[in-house]
Amino acid sequence: MDSYDTSESTPRHSASSRLKDYFIGATPLQKRLESVRKLTSFIPTPPRRKIPQCSQLQEDNDPQKVAFLLHKQWTLYSLTPLYKFSYTNLKEYSRLLSAFIAAEKQKGLAVEVGEDFNIKVTFSTLLGMKGTQRDSEAFLVQILSKSQLPYENREHKVLWTGWFCCIFGDSLLETVSEDFTCVPLFLANGAETNTAIVGTWFQKTFDCYFSPLAINAFNLSWMAAMWTACKMDQYMAATEFLWSVPCSPQSLDISYAIHPEDAKALWDSVHKTPGEVTQEEVDLFMDCLYSHFHRHFKIHLSATRLVRVSTSVASAHTDGKIKILCHKYLIGVLAYLTELAIFQID
Amino acid sequence: MCFPGLLVRPPEGGSREVRSAVRTGPERLQPGPSPRAWRSPLSLVGTEDALLQQLADSMLKEDCASELKVHLARSLPLPSNVNRPRIDLIVFVVNLHSKYSLRNVEESLHHVDTTFFLGKVGFLITGAGREGHCSIHRNTVVRLARTYRSPLLFCDLEVEGFRATVAQRLVRMLQICAGHVPGVSALNLLSLLRSSENPALEDV
Repeated sequence: MDSYDTSESTPRHSASSRLKDYFIGATPLQKRLESVRKLTSFIPTPPRRKIPQCSQLQEDNDPQKVAFLLHKQWTLYSLTPLYKFSYTNLKEYSRLLSAFIAAEKQKGLAVEVGEDFNIKVTFSTLLGMKGTQRDSEAFLVQILSKSQLPYENREHKVLWTGWFCCIFGDSLLETVSEDFTCVPLFLANGAETNTAIVGTWFQKTFDCYFSPLAINAFNLSWMAAMWTACKMDQYMAATEFLWSVPCSPQSLDISYAIHPEDAKALWDSVHKTPGEVTQEEVDLFMDCLYSHFHRHFKIHLSATRLVRVSTSVASAHTDGKIKILCHKYLIGVLAYLTELAIFQID
Repeated sequence: MCFPGLLVRPPEGGSREVRSAVRTGPERLQPGPSPRAWRSPLSLVGTEDALLQQLADSMLKEDCASELKVHLARSLPLPSNVNRPRIDLIVFVVNLHSKYSLRNVEESLHHVDTTFFLGKVGFLITGAGREGHCSIHRNTVVRLARTYRSPLLFCDLEVEGFRATVAQRLVRMLQICAGHVPGVSALNLLSLLRSSENPALEDV
């Protein structure tokens, strides 16, 4: 029996030590391939995550400057690293992108009925929107309309906003070489046609790829738990969940709203480890909600699909739409979204 | 967890009778002790009625030397008032889109006698293809299968082609578990399936 055991265990041991040697001398590409192979799960789930806190970097953030990011609905995309993107060339990029948009509009692809506005594009960096110093700077792209009439105050109306950021993107940063800039999370607000045009330009110029970031029910329940766990001085909105029940002919939607303080009380009763959220706590939190609902309505919410979560911190929809309501936890929310984006890229 | 009054006979060699391919419908959960005198060849347990029905249909289309019987159940224990032939293989179906199906399977597992876990229980996971709809993490079901030392199959039962493939595999597994394949027993099959798993998952 003993000889059988050792012969079985030795191949496994040598395989793992070979793996370690392979990792030490590996190039970034090899490291990435190895990490993809090791990743057996298709949704990220570290057993525990940190509850969003105010990070020191965020303290430098002027609340006024980022106020325009709050209370807006953003559509999420994940973005592969940009090749040869430089923060010093932002003016050049704005010029090129304006020209590209003008050309596209002339082609008739995105025709706006009515006045012929001049389009102006601005690229600017968003300071303080990062998790660690290693993260790439976040930057913002805006499409503004310039009024041609000389006597009007030259106010620029913002037609479309998109911003790129990377919050705690260490796992991605390690595996790319110097020429690449990692800004895996892209958020867009405005007309879909403009998003498509900007996306096309970026893809052509920097050899990257956008893909819409959907948030599945599993991640939505994590968000619900993490955002309920955030300490808030005052609650602006009720904690709301929306489930979709697939049934014919039309799907049924179930909406469940809880007073935010009750939600927090429930979370506190479930929460054990300070500062961290574990899978068991998330499951327990959601199970409490499901069983409460079942007791009253005899419906098993666990058999339906969670599509929307809304708390005082932020609200998220499964189609990849997010609205951040609280300045304090902006970085925390973005950190989780960055993680999802990085996972989708992988 | 053992149930009192149970008697499940291990498969006998070639002296089994051929049964006709009769499908029984899904049975609702009934309170009461498990009868333990099951004798139908394969039992599919899960909450996804439509998918189970389609899978059973696919399996019955398969060519099989002896005739095949598929029993569908929403959950265990099964009602005791029905005469049932002996069960050779139980397949628990979990839909990754529905936490309810996972809970249901977890509770049903408590009603299965331990001798079944020597190769006569399998887990079939569906819904992994549509990642956007998943509310259970894949590692959860992997851990479940690991806890019960049983094989785990992934298959998107909604896709016709995949369903036909997994139906073939299940029929083959059933033949082995019923003792119709000379030289291979359910326990042999179990150890063969387990050794091909990724060793890195041991730490999960």
